[in-house]
Amino acid sequence: MSDDFNKKRRDFLKSTAALGVAGMAPTVFVRNAWAQDFVNNPGKAAAITLGFNVPQTGPYADEGADELRAFKLAVKHLNGEGDGGMLNTMKPMALQGNGILGKKVNYVTGDTQTKSDAARASAKRMIEKDGALMISGGSSSGVAVAVQSLCHEAGVMFMAGLTHSNDTTGKDKRKYGFRHFFNAYMSGQSLAPVLGERYGTDRKAYHLTADYTWGWTQEESIKNATEGLGWQTVETVRTPLGAGDFSQYITPVLDSGADVLILNHYGKDMVNSLTQAVQFGLRDKQVNGKDFQIVVPLFSRLMAQGAGENIKGILGSTNWNWALQDAASQAFVKSFGQEYGFPPSQAAHTCYVQTLLYANAVETAGTFYPCEVISALEDFQFDGLGNGPTLYRGADHQCFKPVLVVEGNDNPSNQFDLLKVVKQVPTEQVMYDPSIFGGELGSCK
Amino acid sequence: MDAFVLQILNGLDKGSAYALIALGLTLVFGSLGVVNFAHGAKFTLGAFCAVSFQQLLTISRKVKDESVTFFDAYKEVPYLEIWWGDTGSMIIDWAVPLSIFLAIPVMLLIGLVLERGLYQFFYKRTHAEQILVTFGLAIVIQEVIKTFYGANPIPTPAPAMLSGTAPIGVWLGLGESVAYPYWRLVYFLFSLLVIGLVFAFLRYTTFGMVVRAGMSDRETVSLLGLNVERRFTILFGIASVVAGLAGVMYTPIVPPDYHMGMEFLVLSFVVVVVGGMGSLPGAVAAGFLLGILQSFASMNEIKSLLPGLDQIIVYLIAVIVLLVRPRGLMGQKGVMED
Repeated sequence: MSDDFNKKRRDFLKSTAALGVAGMAPTVFVRNAWAQDFVNNPGKAAAITLGFNVPQTGPYADEGADELRAFKLAVKHLNGEGDGGMLNTMKPMALQGNGILGKKVNYVTGDTQTKSDAARASAKRMIEKDGALMISGGSSSGVAVAVQSLCHEAGVMFMAGLTHSNDTTGKDKRKYGFRHFFNAYMSGQSLAPVLGERYGTDRKAYHLTADYTWGWTQEESIKNATEGLGWQTVETVRTPLGAGDFSQYITPVLDSGADVLILNHYGKDMVNSLTQAVQFGLRDKQVNGKDFQIVVPLFSRLMAQGAGENIKGILGSTNWNWALQDAASQAFVKSFGQEYGFPPSQAAHTCYVQTLLYANAVETAGTFYPCEVISALEDFQFDGLGNGPTLYRGADHQCFKPVLVVEGNDNPSNQFDLLKVVKQVPTEQVMYDPSIFGGELGSCK
Repeated sequence: MDAFVLQILNGLDKGSAYALIALGLTLVFGSLGVVNFAHGAKFTLGAFCAVSFQQLLTISRKVKDESVTFFDAYKEVPYLEIWWGDTGSMIIDWAVPLSIFLAIPVMLLIGLVLERGLYQFFYKRTHAEQILVTFGLAIVIQEVIKTFYGANPIPTPAPAMLSGTAPIGVWLGLGESVAYPYWRLVYFLFSLLVIGLVFAFLRYTTFGMVVRAGMSDRETVSLLGLNVERRFTILFGIASVVAGLAGVMYTPIVPPDYHMGMEFLVLSFVVVVVGGMGSLPGAVAAGFLLGILQSFASMNEIKSLLPGLDQIIVYLIAVIVLLVRPRGLMGQKGVMED
């Protein structure tokens, strides 16, 4: 072969390579430029998939069922169907009701069983088999922490559902995980002043606590907040998740000298423990010359429904309530109510909002690339999704908004009017320094 | 003092469930020699008889809820209430006690069918094989219940009249501060009634006499021309009914789910071993004894000294009893001593 031919061949290869590089370079600056660079990149596909991982069985199954209803409604609204719900009230809003970035939204579902292992397996299946771009849901902080960690490792967005442990955005926070729901610290800060006003500052409290991350941090937060008021903590007793019969834990309360029982339980556990506490006559007792009181720091309408009459007059905190009168909450309640025939729970609200927030961040970023979506969500300030102006704090991916203190309604006006809002505690009162709970977000891959 | 009395009541209450299940287990082991790991599933089947009966009574029609104005809301109104008003409501309210009348024939039938269709083929097999087949049966029963009723607990409340607290302190002259849930007292009294009826049946009827004789020496009784096998089949049905009734009446205490029986089964086996394999009075006595000890171990004073004792006390007692007296507290010599 002649030198002349080799030179022409080299020139041809160089030119082709140069043209190739030049031709591809601009795509770095446009939409979908990260093709194949991130997990489950939809590329030019007409539809994308989201993974909704909720407890369909176990002690939190009622919450899970409501979460799933909300997710389905959110997908409907994102795809431009139905009345649009809170797409009409959210500000700032980049979504146009034609899916996300013009792609139709599909979804897959899984059952966490309120067990971390099952939840992780379910989320893994959604990511690896179903191609889910974002995982959301869950109704247990143990599950949320486990799935958040899995998603972070996989490089997939996790928009937490109902998780109230300080750890979720504290020591276990992750770059790919975001939480709209409030936490145990905020419950303590909002609830304690009301407890002080109602029951005085000289009280003896007995805690029954669900034995996992959420229970531990809630017990710690409520204990700190009430001891700050001057209350004494007589005993803190851990109970297994899904114990069913709490009688052996309730009986010792009667002889402990405590005049307040704080139930750090949720879902069916709370329904059972509260019902049994009332059955054992705790609410009719007088101890230390005071009427015995029961407090449920984390409340929901679904639990109130399960506990029936027992819930009347009992104080607690909640992330959101369907009776809020702001336009956004009412739009969501109307939309959800027309779809299902009853108002949404706080679990449904937070899951619906998380789906919209993710979709809006993608639309704002102009890409599904998680690192860009994360940037769009960090320190994002929005309104029109209930509870007033809200901040998604970048330092720990925790949302900050007013917290509601609620009470079991003595005279409900209808079958759903079970909790009445006693106080809407301003954001400043429940905010905290993100460093107090430790943890590292890690970096985006 | 208050806590002491309440812990005794709690113990009797837990012991009632242990004793009823252990009684059925012992009846089957004593008569047929079968180690029946499916017995807990019969407790669950009984509980779901109550669930089914409640669901039957509350078949409803959807009616628009006029008090909700911002969307179309509906509430379920049972036909019994539509047709019979307050009388209908009262029947629904008493669903759990009334379901006993459904549970007795259903559980008897289930017991007879299982004994003739499955258990009789395993009488002469080893205990290990019996455990395998009965444990498999328990899983099958659980999964069938899960398929039809789902995996979540189903609320099955006690009648409103029995939902409050009994002033037991006043009754016992201890003052007003000691109160105990009515339904738990009902459960305890009900268990005494069932245990009493089973004992009376075995003690004072000809059928019971033949069965007891058969349990002691099956061959000799058969040589007298009496059909021991048929009587044992009926006894198996009775054991199923006892477990089923224990399940029915337990539903207001903890809402039933498909695996509720498994939680009791292991403990009840321990109760049977402590009481003495094959001994009916032993099973009942050990049931109440272990229930009370477990209850006391959960007192704060005890827990502060020995944390976690409430979780292991039943097994601890079993270990001690087996070391000191392998036949159990009231067991016959030779049983499980090989």
